[in-house]
Formats: sequence, structure tokens, C-alpha cells
Amino acid sequence: MDPVRNRVDGGPSGPRPRRRFSRRNIFIYGTLFVVAVYYLLPLYVMIVTSLKGMPEIRLGNIFSPPVEITFEPWVKAWAEACTGLNCDGLSRGFWNSVRITVPSVFLSIAVASVNGYALANWRFRGADIFFTILIFGAFIPYQVMLYPIVIILREIGLYGTLWGLVLVHTIFGMPILTLLFRNYFTSLPEELFKAARVDGAGFWGIYFRIMLPMSLPIFVVAIILQVTGIWNDFLFGVIYTKPDLYPMTVQLNNIVNSVQGVKEYNVNMAATLLTGLVPLVIYFISGKLFVRGIAAGAVKG
Amino acid sequence: MAQYPRPVQLFRNLNAKIAAIPMIVTAVVIFAGGTIWTVVYSFTNSKLLPRVKWVGLDQYERLWSTSRWLISIENLMIYGVCSLIFSLVIGFMLAALLDQKIRFENTFRSIFLFPFALSFIVTGLVWQWILNPDFGVQSVIRELGWESFSFDPLYNPNIVIYGILIAGLWQGTGLIMCLMLAGLRGIDEDVWKAARVDGIPVWKTYLFIIIPMMRPVFITTLVIIASGIVRVYDLVVAQTSGGPGIASEVPAKYVYDKMFLGQNLAQGFAGSTMMLLSVLIVLIPWAYLEFGGKKRV
Amino acid sequence: MRLRTMIAALAASAVLPITGAQATDLEVTHWWTSGGEAAAVAEFAKAFDNDGAGDHWVDGAIAGSGGVARPIMISRITGGDPMGATQFNHGRQAEELVQAGLMRDLTDLADKEGWRDAIGDPKLLDSCTLDGKVYCVPVNIHSWQWLWLNRHVYEDNGLAVPTNWEEFVSTAPALREKGIIPLAMGNQPWQSSGAFNVMAIALTGVDNFLAVNRDKDAEVAAGPAYARLFKAAADARDLRQGSNVQDWNQATSMVITGKAAGQIMGDWAQGEFAVAGKVAGVDYDCLPGLGTNPIVSTDGDAFYFPKLDDPDKSAAQLRLASVMFSKEAQVAFNLKKGSMPIRTDVDLAQANACMKKGIALLKEGKIAPSTNQLLSPDTSGQIEDLMTEFWSSDSMSAEDAQKRYAEIIANAD
Repeated sequence: MDPVRNRVDGGPSGPRPRRRFSRRNIFIYGTLFVVAVYYLLPLYVMIVTSLKGMPEIRLGNIFSPPVEITFEPWVKAWAEACTGLNCDGLSRGFWNSVRITVPSVFLSIAVASVNGYALANWRFRGADIFFTILIFGAFIPYQVMLYPIVIILREIGLYGTLWGLVLVHTIFGMPILTLLFRNYFTSLPEELFKAARVDGAGFWGIYFRIMLPMSLPIFVVAIILQVTGIWNDFLFGVIYTKPDLYPMTVQLNNIVNSVQGVKEYNVNMAATLLTGLVPLVIYFISGKLFVRGIAAGAVKG
Repeated sequence: MAQYPRPVQLFRNLNAKIAAIPMIVTAVVIFAGGTIWTVVYSFTNSKLLPRVKWVGLDQYERLWSTSRWLISIENLMIYGVCSLIFSLVIGFMLAALLDQKIRFENTFRSIFLFPFALSFIVTGLVWQWILNPDFGVQSVIRELGWESFSFDPLYNPNIVIYGILIAGLWQGTGLIMCLMLAGLRGIDEDVWKAARVDGIPVWKTYLFIIIPMMRPVFITTLVIIASGIVRVYDLVVAQTSGGPGIASEVPAKYVYDKMFLGQNLAQGFAGSTMMLLSVLIVLIPWAYLEFGGKKRV
Repeated sequence: MRLRTMIAALAASAVLPITGAQATDLEVTHWWTSGGEAAAVAEFAKAFDNDGAGDHWVDGAIAGSGGVARPIMISRITGGDPMGATQFNHGRQAEELVQAGLMRDLTDLADKEGWRDAIGDPKLLDSCTLDGKVYCVPVNIHSWQWLWLNRHVYEDNGLAVPTNWEEFVSTAPALREKGIIPLAMGNQPWQSSGAFNVMAIALTGVDNFLAVNRDKDAEVAAGPAYARLFKAAADARDLRQGSNVQDWNQATSMVITGKAAGQIMGDWAQGEFAVAGKVAGVDYDCLPGLGTNPIVSTDGDAFYFPKLDDPDKSAAQLRLASVMFSKEAQVAFNLKKGSMPIRTDVDLAQANACMKKGIALLKEGKIAPSTNQLLSPDTSGQIEDLMTEFWSSDSMSAEDAQKRYAEIIANAD
């Protein structure tokens, strides 16, 4: 799983071509630049808007930089914005989001990696059927499953608890994650597995001593996907828990949808950015690892 | 991939089976069980709470005579086809461009990927704003002097679904690009060398040699894109709430609204049964190709 | 054994708030999050916190109107982890939850406190009643039947301020020329169907309205009176061109700022005018029944109390119900909310001109039931879908819309 980082392109291998302004380069960089603008524009608008005061926003141009920078919207979004009677902004939900995300990410990845491992290396009778059902599960709209899961959680006594929500995230993370892990483990050299079997290592022995140490890249991918998905989840968080466990996105929804007089776009944007901050930071830090992880095996199958 | 020597005795695989119990339970109880439950109750007239009072196909008759459902299906088709094509094409093109040993690859990649970190709710809000004719793109261009410029997809029932598509692509193509990039990096460089020696043009190499070699990547990608399309909901809610009118309604929203707002569970279940049915139609041939008949090499 | 003491302390602190008689937390869920609404609900919270029994209102507001909030509330109740009290529009929304035995019977409290007598018209308690038992506390009477007008828009443009729907329509072209949108309307489905129902009562009369919505008479729905109504609605559709907003209060804000001239909206719009410092009769006018057929509908909000296991909380539920029905809380709440109190035996000297108009109509008995009380949520939802499509489409003719409307009524349950 050495990420094949250096590969030839259509041109000659070796040092970069000297002519910086060749037509080819202009085309490549030009296209990339234009596309980058499309991707960055919304982020720019969000940041700029969140730093403006309301009067300035009303005047118009959403693309113009703020004349007077104010951090008030950020403060308001974090600590003061009201929903109903609670005026403590997003801060209420931050720790809840952490409390939900950490165990959910851990459990869902643990389960999915074992699944993938069992499917890739210990293919037992009927495994393909279960796997197919699982992939089918990836297509089931969440809304359809809301009600059956309310009933299941009620019956096992986990409704309204943190662990109930963790379980739900584990279930819905399972299809895609299992697919990724299965593909990854199938791409590992089979000789390793065979040798370990010959040495008498069992299911868990091979998993912990051989598979896990070799699987950092795919774990990084899984962690990133899950942190993002779970952190951004609104529906499950609000349906399967109660107010003292509501994640940050619930407050975000409340702030964005509670119109008190006029829509405070600057506060909305600040709240949006604050909520997205955790996954954003993770992405910008681990961008390289992410691609490497995917390159390392998510793509073989 | 090889067929690992299978232990003869059943119990030697016991650990693997025990380890797979969570998966089996999820697959059988939640996904299969929940689906069957849904299908069964779609033949009842359950309102707010599920109850067994059979009404045959009434819910389906009503479903297919509801213009909102028909519009939802049409929208999903348009959105699905466009999203699939554009995601794959843009994702692949960007990956191919990034794969040209360029400078600032990390920067560009992060720029393309970061929207994926944001939720659909956020995506919808931002684009709702940028596409707002009163202070978004349209007003800015008009201020620049082009008075007749008109670009208000979210307020025009005929093109609103494309407004949602713009936002959906913004959020999702980064991931596709990453998958494609990873796939391209996984291609042996000898392939390129051989193609160059044979004098095959670059675009032909991509189209006829590289892409077929990337089949696994495309399968993973397809699953990710397609599952996202079927489930598209939050984006629409955040961006247009299905409006103007019912021009941007999607099936998942119909299902949710009927179940929880209309308090007509069975009608929602009928809608979801139709959605699941269409997924099955696509999925079963795939599963057959993937697992059936052929032995893995 | 530090660990053990820590666990004990933790356990104690977790248990304390529930068992301690001095503080009973009761979670109340609702979807009142706009400025005026939040101020109103704060009055209930204040009254409950100060009821002398050491109760505490834990606010569980969920923004995004009933559409977002109701699924969450219903899931919580059916999932077996209910809140202490929850808002619903009374009528048929909670019908099945009551039938399933998930809601608390409040009949004893209602009898003891004489709710039936305090409420002027006993019909108003009927929507909280199922099989002779009371299951919810009605907290207000909301009327949808209002046309809100910005007086300055008319005066500044040399027009007479309309006093009924016909005048409103006839002044519209002049406003258009000045770049003012005659009719502001948000795009949310409930606003579309709400405005239509208001026009139905105002333009076809209560009898026709009841024939369609109560008796589900599809012939009336397909008949000439409703044909005129759909024609009028199609005209109103042209008047609303250009009001590209979602939320009702954004539409109200267009009227307040003079971008639009009028809005068909319930009396809750008044709260927004009040927050903006506008004065009824000076800055804005309100025409019940669109001025054409003055009447108020008796929509309303109510609180339901799910059955709880905890005896302390159950006791607190009754105290909350009692507080909500008390004279003081009724006055304080309704003045902020812009709605009419459910009891007639309270002093509303502080009410403003619009609210007094409504109360006068209520006393005269010029009332109509609301569609929430007459139609199942399912039927309402179908009508909402149709109306949303109709109000925003240029191509759907009045005749087509009427035909489909009549079909929905014919199949209504």
C-alpha cells in the first residue's frame, strides 16, 4: 500500500518541464484556478458575511469585503443567539457533539473494520448475501428507517440515550465503511495472511497483529468520513436524543431557522462556520493522508 | 484476490462468524427487517401510529396520482442523471489535471475537497444565498452594468433543480476527485510508458486503457454517488424547501412529509417502497455480476 | 475508596434534581421561536418557575415551525421518552396519540378549576376533548382571518387605505406601478393553504366553508361559489408576484418596511408589528375576515401532557396546566403573542385595537372553526401541496386547481 506517489504523466518523466508558460501549463493551471474559484467562493462569502454588520449586509454586494470588521456575529452565534428561551448560542451543543462523535466514530469503525476483515479474509457461506444487503442499506433513505428504529430502540431500552444514538450512527455508517475496509483488506498481499495462518494465528490474532498495523491509511479515511458525517448529523441527533444531549447542529438549525425580526445573515454564517470548524480543520490538516488512505486501498476491490 | 484455503471444519470459522454478528444483525434486523416492515405497512392505512388495517393497493394508487410525487420522481431523475454524469466527469477531469505533476497539488486538492466537510444544511444555506437574485450573483452582475442579466435558478420553477445540482456538485465532487486521483495513482506507470511507445494519444490512453483499469474505483464511486442521490433530502430542505411551489420536491422529502407532517405513515411507506424497489432493480444485477457466476481471479 | 465515593457522589448528583422536592424540572417542547412568540412563551415559563412549588421550566424549543418540531415530539412520545409537556395545534394532530393512551387525562383538573365555564364558548374546549375527556390545555385563540395593511404605503401614494378585499384588489395596480408588491406571502406550504382558507371564509361565507371542510361536500367544492373563490385566488396569485421569501415573518417584515402593501396572515403577525414599534390604526391596519366578512376563526395552540412515570413530574404537570390556564398567565401570554385569551373572564384593557376587534367578534359569536379542527393532517397536507403548487405556478388554471381540490375533499377522511 505504498501510495504510488510518483507516476508519469503524459509527458516525459524526469524533471519538471522548463517552460513555465507552455500552452499546456496555462491550460492546466487556468482550469484549476477557475475551478478553485468556484469552490472557494461560497467559503469566501461565508467568511466575509460573518464579519459584516447587518446594515452593511443590507446595502448589498455579498462579495465585497467588509468595510468595518466586526466579530460580534461570531460572539453572538457562539454564546448569545436565542432559541425560544435559551440564549446561549452554539456553545450548548459543542460538548454534546464531542460526546456523541467520539464514541460513535470509535464504535462504528471498530465494527466496520472487523466486518471488512471477515468479509475479505474469512469469507464464510452467505457472507456475500449479508454484504449485498448491507450495500442495499446504503441506499435506504434515512427517513424511512426513522420509525422502525424508534421502536427498536424503545424495545431495547436505549431510546433517548447517548448509546442509542451511538448505535444508530454505527448502523448507518456500516455499509460504506464495510465496503471500504473490505476493499482495503482484499488488496493486502495474501501471502501475509497465509503465512500467519500457517503459524497458527487465529482470527483475532491476525486482525490485531497483522491487519491493524498495516491499515493506518484506511483508518484515517474512515475516521475522516465518520467524523464529518456524525458531526454534521442533525436528524438522528434530534430524533433519538433529548435536549440535554442535542448536538451542535440542532442549535445551528435553531439559530438559522429562528427568525427574530429580520434574518441575521451574519450570525447565520458565523454559526455555520463555527459548526463546520471541526471537520474543516480535520480536512485541511489531514488532506494528504486522506488521499493516501484512499489511494492505498479503498479503490481496489 | 485469491480464494483463501477454506478450513474444512465449520467451527474453525467460528470466530469470524461471531465477529460478523453485528453486521449480520444490522443487515437482517435493521435493513432487511426494516424494509419488510415498511413494505408490509404500506398496504395498511396507518396514520400517525402503525396499525394493521389492510387497504390493498390504495396507498399506491394515491401515490401515483399525486402530482407532487410525480414531480419528485422527475426531479430525482434529472438530478440523478446530471449528478452522476457531472460528478464522474468533473471528478475525473480534476483528478487527471492534478495528476500532471503540478505545483500546489496539496492546495488545490484541499480546496476541492473541503466542501465535503460541510453538511448539506450548510451547503444549502450558502448557495441559497449566493443564488438569491436580490443580493447574490444576479444583483452583482447587474451592478456591473449588465442590466438584463438574469440568473435566479432558485426562483424559477423550470430550472430550480439545477440550482440544487450546482450546490450538490460543489459539496460532493471533491470526494469523487479524491477517489479518482487515488485510482489514477494506483495505475502502474509501465502502462503509460507502453502507451507512449505505441504512440497512443493521451486522451485515448485515458479513455480506453486507464478508465477500464479503474473499474473498482468506479464501483466504489458509483455506490457513493448513487446512494447520495437516492437520499437527497437535507440539501433541498435547506436550499428551497421544495419550492418554488413544489418544483424542487424530491421523493425522500415526500416520504418524510407524508409520514411525519401529514401523519400518514402508510402513504410515506408506499413512497419509500417504490424508492427501495428502484434501488433493488439496480442493485441486484450488480450483486449478481460481483458475486455470482464468475470466480474471483 | 475514592473511586467509590466519587461514583456515589455522581450518582447522587444525577438523582438529586429528580427526587428533590424543591426543584422539579419539566421539559416543555414547542416551536415558538420568532421574536413575539419567544417573548410570549417566556411569560409561561416565568409563571411556572414562580408557582411556589419550586418548579422549573426546561425549555425545549425547536425552530422551524411545526414541520420540523412535530416529528421530533411524536418520536419522543412514541419512543417512550416523553417530555413533560408539549405544544400542538389542538384539533386532530394529537388525536391518535390520545387514542393510544399516551396522553394524560386532565378532566379532573378541568372540572375542579371550571374550565368549561371560564371558556366563553364551550365549543373551544371540544377540540381538546375526546370521548368526553379533556386531554389538553387550550392556551389561546388564534384567528387566521386577517388582512394586514401598511397604512403609510397607501397614504404616501395618495390612495385610500382599503377597508375590504375588493378595495385592496382594486388599488393593487396603482401600487405595482410604484414598485410595491401588493400582497406579501411566504413560500411555506401552510401559508399558501392558510391564505386560501381565509379567502374561502371571507369570499364564499361560512356555510360554504363548513360544507366543504366539515361535511366534505365535494359538490360544493366543485360548485360555482368555489369557482369564484379560485378565480379570486388566481388574481391574488398575480398580486403576490415578487414576494420571494420563505418565512411568514419575513413577509410581514416586507409589509412593515413598506416593500409590500398587505399580507393575509393570522393574528400572530401582530407580534411582529409590535416588536417593530408600530401602532395599530396609525402605522398599520388589520381587517378581520379580509374586511369583507368580519369573522374570527378559532384556531389555537394547546399543550398536551404525555403520561410520565415519575410521580413528582406528574404532579408538576398538573401545576403547569393550571398555571397556563390561570388568569394572570393568560393575559401576560396573550398580550405578547397577539392572540386572544381562551377565557372570557379576564381583563384585557391593555389589548390593542386589532385584538379588541377580534374579541368583539368573538363575543358576538362571529366565529368559524379552523381547518385544523375539521381536517385530518393528511388531508390538510394534500391541500397544502395543491395550494403550494397553485400559488407559485403561472400555468395552473383556477379550474384545474378547483377540480383537484374537489377530488381531495371527496376522498377526505
